Amino acid sequence: MGTIGPQPGGRRQEEANSEGDILLEVRRLRKYFPLTSGVLFQRRVGLIKAVDDVSFSIRKGETLGLVGESGSGKTTTGRCILQLDRPTSGEVRFEGRDLAQLDEAELRPVRRRMQVIFQDPYSSLNPRMTIGQIIGEPVRVHEIVQGKEEVRERVRELLSVVGLNPRMADRFPHELSGGQRQRVGIARALSLQPSFIVCDEPVSALDVSIQAQIINLLEDLQAQFGLTYLFIAHDLSVVRHIGDRVAVMYLGKIVEVAYRRELYENPLHPYTKALLSAVPIPDPAVEAKRERIVLKGEVPSPLNPPCGCVFHPRCPIAIPECSQVVPELREVSPNHWVACIRAEGYQSAPAHSG
Amino acid sequence: MQHEAWESEGAKGTLLQVKDLRTQFFTLEGVIKAVDGVSYDVRQGETVAIVGESGCGKSVSALSIMRLIPYPPGRIVAGEIWFNGRNLLALTDEEMRQVRGKEIAMIFQEPMTSLNPTLTIGRQLTETLEAHLKMSASEAEGRAAELLRLVGIPEPERRLRQYPHQFSGGMRQRVMIAMALSCNPKLILADEPTTALDVTIQAQILELMKELSQRFGVAMVIITHNLGVVARYADQVNVMYAGKMIEQGSARDIYESPRHPYTLGLLRSVPRLDQPRKARLEPIDGQPPDLAHLPPGCSFRLRCTFAIDRCAHEVPPLIPVGAGHVSACWVADTLHGK
Repeated sequence: MGTIGPQPGGRRQEEANSEGDILLEVRRLRKYFPLTSGVLFQRRVGLIKAVDDVSFSIRKGETLGLVGESGSGKTTTGRCILQLDRPTSGEVRFEGRDLAQLDEAELRPVRRRMQVIFQDPYSSLNPRMTIGQIIGEPVRVHEIVQGKEEVRERVRELLSVVGLNPRMADRFPHELSGGQRQRVGIARALSLQPSFIVCDEPVSALDVSIQAQIINLLEDLQAQFGLTYLFIAHDLSVVRHIGDRVAVMYLGKIVEVAYRRELYENPLHPYTKALLSAVPIPDPAVEAKRERIVLKGEVPSPLNPPCGCVFHPRCPIAIPECSQVVPELREVSPNHWVACIRAEGYQSAPAHSG
Repeated sequence: MQHEAWESEGAKGTLLQVKDLRTQFFTLEGVIKAVDGVSYDVRQGETVAIVGESGCGKSVSALSIMRLIPYPPGRIVAGEIWFNGRNLLALTDEEMRQVRGKEIAMIFQEPMTSLNPTLTIGRQLTETLEAHLKMSASEAEGRAAELLRLVGIPEPERRLRQYPHQFSGGMRQRVMIAMALSCNPKLILADEPTTALDVTIQAQILELMKELSQRFGVAMVIITHNLGVVARYADQVNVMYAGKMIEQGSARDIYESPRHPYTLGLLRSVPRLDQPRKARLEPIDGQPPDLAHLPPGCSFRLRCTFAIDRCAHEVPPLIPVGAGHVSACWVADTLHGK
């Protein structure tokens, strides 16, 4: 219950494990990047608040979709969870331990349990290594299996799990298509038998016809191995398909979180509504009838975020108060969390049905 | 509806006519037929979409119209491109330079790489104006500011003195649109104009392009891999696969009753927000075609769930399946209502 939504403040709710165990819990996560100027003597001239007070949790076997536009901090959130970027403050509790407190040596065994799939399968594979070496390396380094032949066997097994011909092990990345490369990226992530995978825009670089293949594969693997996903994407229709719950980020903050159905049928934050209305639908008849909320302006710089609600300069329903108060993420109906002071006062027809 | 279509066809003349275009790349791996006998028309003021996945030849077909195919290895080996009564393929290089940017403008996917990072936005805009319209420096500057205002860039006078890196992705794409419009072209070729942009910015840019094209009567060819993006904007849709045109028709026909298995597959594979969530997505199986090693017969055959024996050895031609609607598929008739 309480654990389903994010937990703002120090409010901890240990009791609510009724709907499954929490695998990952992010609390009040902040990541600020200093902006420096000068070559020899670097002065700090500003602070980029890439992630600013973000809290959420993910249960075992669940997929949390994290959507937002470029610069919203969704990728940095993923990197902070994996400790590829160390958080400025806040907690990342994974399988019971706060990773932000661990040093590199302590993190190593944890890293086996959490993996990442990147957006661009072209730049995330070493062009000089064969597919077999790419997938086999983590297996060898982390000593998942012993012996050359065993590693090779494991690679073949992983290749067939992700739907590739085991003979592909001898090929190089450039010989593969985009979709095949992304399958290799998935096989590499699986090679360490993780329990949690951050999927960072795993399909946005792929052709439409291949995107569906990869999404189906990710779903199959989740069912097969009981994986938990944080699925980062900007495509709301893809996230509706794969996410059990969906969190919407804007300029370093989560503005809305809810179960998939609730979020898409009853979006409450004006930014979520605008995002939903901007998603094109492949049907001219539907498009002709559809109202579209075209947002004014662009995402402001996280270096100099607007005061009060960060969305207020672009918000179609902003009132003067919005520029003064930072809206708290609050639970407006069971498990539906919104950071908007006008969320209830302003209701409109759902963006779609079903 | 059909009646209406006929009327508009009579009212608007054909602006661009691509006839049996063939563009090939001569590589070590062999001859790659990137565009293999493609034909389509664009009428004045109309928006035409060319849809297909990476490597299907959609960008090469646009670059061929502009005669921007790098030689070697590429060459337009056959075909005609009639624009405003002239065959562009028969023009001299100098004549073609007069067409490029002036009568036909192009907008690319990645605005950062198509702008010169070392020149101010103002300089890049005035350069075209001075070259094509023979404007004086001060005239060109005035017009440049007007153009930026037209595409919705605030404080144009200040922005003109800035460099591309000082603009966001969406703003850069607006600059590209301003540049494309600068010489009052009759046709704009837009190659994946919104693919690199965020969803909310995508909507802004497409609305802007549509509005401007209607206001100035500019015809547009929008090249994209995403059928969703163009549903709202396209009048005509051309679907390409492996260098060939495989289906052509009005947007309404293509989306409502696609008659090629590939088009059908593309439409089915994307999750749709306006429909109930499916338990499973329906992808197109297999990989996109490798143009250097195409199978004989229909090149979509190996990924096609409707393939019959005939598909293996006979390449299907484009055959009419409705008024102004053609499909290159031997079983197009059986796809009706699927």
